[in-house]
Amino acid sequence: MSTLTVTEDLLRELAPQVLGALVRRYGHFDASEDAVQEALLAASMHWPRQGVPDNPRAWLITVGSRRLTDELRSESARRRREDATATRMPSDAHVAPAPDDARPMNVDDTLTLLFLCCHPALSPASQIALTLRAVGGLTTAEIARAFLVPETTMAQRISRAKQRIKASELPFELPPEPQRAERLRVVLHVLYLIFSEGYTTSSGPYLHRSELTSEAIRLARAVHRLLPDDGEVAGLLALMLLTDARRPARTEADGSLVPLAEQDRGRWDQDLIREGVALVTDALTRAPIGPYQLQAAIAAVHDEAATPDDTDWREILALYDMLERLQPNPMVTLNRAVAVAMVRGPRAGLVVLETLDDDVLAGHYRLEAVRAHLQEMAGDRDAALDSYRRAARRTTSLPEQRYLERRASRLAGS
Amino acid sequence: MKYILLIYQNPASFEALSEEERNQVFAEVDAIIQELTESGEWVGGEGLADSSNTKTVKVRDAVPVITDGPFIEAKEQLAGYCIVACETLERATEIAARWPDARYCAMEVRALMSQGGEEM
Repeated sequence: MSTLTVTEDLLRELAPQVLGALVRRYGHFDASEDAVQEALLAASMHWPRQGVPDNPRAWLITVGSRRLTDELRSESARRRREDATATRMPSDAHVAPAPDDARPMNVDDTLTLLFLCCHPALSPASQIALTLRAVGGLTTAEIARAFLVPETTMAQRISRAKQRIKASELPFELPPEPQRAERLRVVLHVLYLIFSEGYTTSSGPYLHRSELTSEAIRLARAVHRLLPDDGEVAGLLALMLLTDARRPARTEADGSLVPLAEQDRGRWDQDLIREGVALVTDALTRAPIGPYQLQAAIAAVHDEAATPDDTDWREILALYDMLERLQPNPMVTLNRAVAVAMVRGPRAGLVVLETLDDDVLAGHYRLEAVRAHLQEMAGDRDAALDSYRRAARRTTSLPEQRYLERRASRLAGS
Repeated sequence: MKYILLIYQNPASFEALSEEERNQVFAEVDAIIQELTESGEWVGGEGLADSSNTKTVKVRDAVPVITDGPFIEAKEQLAGYCIVACETLERATEIAARWPDARYCAMEVRALMSQGGEEM
């Protein structure tokens, strides 16, 4: 590993701890967050040349504190100039350091920060952006590039989220126990969104988006270390690992999608599969069952099959039955229809799909795409061709459109 | 999701507006852009010059043929576009409904294709 990568990994690891220390000492989440970004930038320039300091965390806290106190001083000086008659606290009241650095290294700050960045008062887009910056230590430019929007757009999302936190006076502490479980679900959902955003577009010219996938995994690992007994945290981490294990095989060199059944399983990452399987197996035996664990278990069954024909579809169907009872929604039913088709035949799967025709998924390209596959399986060529073309027209994803059009032409030519 | 909002105008009826009315339209547009910029939903946008500035390019037998026009005679013409990144189609249509051209002529909301995709 190069010095640069070591530095980068270390900085990302330390970013939330340094931010936590500053916020605890000075308050001012928004200004502290800016100061940490500046400290990270300073470190990324100095450390590779001058070597990593003996106590990198303390170095970052010192630099961050200096930036922050400068900022707060000039801010309060500005206010004094603008509003000479107002009586305000002397600026030292804002900036006097509390003598609290005897406190043990506060790793829990990472969790507290995640809860804050994923506060339900923020929009999902803001939750994602703020989490990646404040907890992940990514720069605004990196986040903007990953989400394919201009940097100014992303900067606005982040600053709006910070204003919201400031205006709502959200405290820097773990949510009280009765809300904690519910708030943790939001955190996990945000991590899951970051993961899928990266996973679904990590090929061809957009390869750098795989950063999002590894960042989501890194954050999920951190949460799992802090809450090792939570089955859903373990389940989400396992789901990410078991999904990411297939990434090398999911696209061709030109970026086109390869369906699960046609992937070269030799290219699946066996280390990730072993780790994911162990995690989910352990969680299922110890913790109350939850949707992420079930989805991870389904991914594990796929990943453990040496060939598509070895897939234990009965097991997958049983897991989807449980998932549908636990968290009924049309997308789960859609996936269960595939499992039904593999166990009881395509006609049985198509019957399940009919239950979705009057629902929110009516006309949705994924419903039409699954229907097309099952109709093709059932030998109903003309109907399948229609469904493939309908699905291809409706999707807003270029790789999916290319895949569906290819299936349609293959069928038309057969 | 990114959406493009296509702005349609009727040049004749826009010209028929008083200066005050036109200034009002521009002020409304500025305010919406400002608001979308602050919310982190604004990706970009431009107005199109009049269709009298149009060129059409066709390549036939590897030879590019460039002609003036078409000089659109239609009452409703594409006058500009903006691209927004927002959570839902409903939100995109809400933005379109506030654009003044939605009152005078029409706005068209189209989803943009993304590079992301799930294997099936």
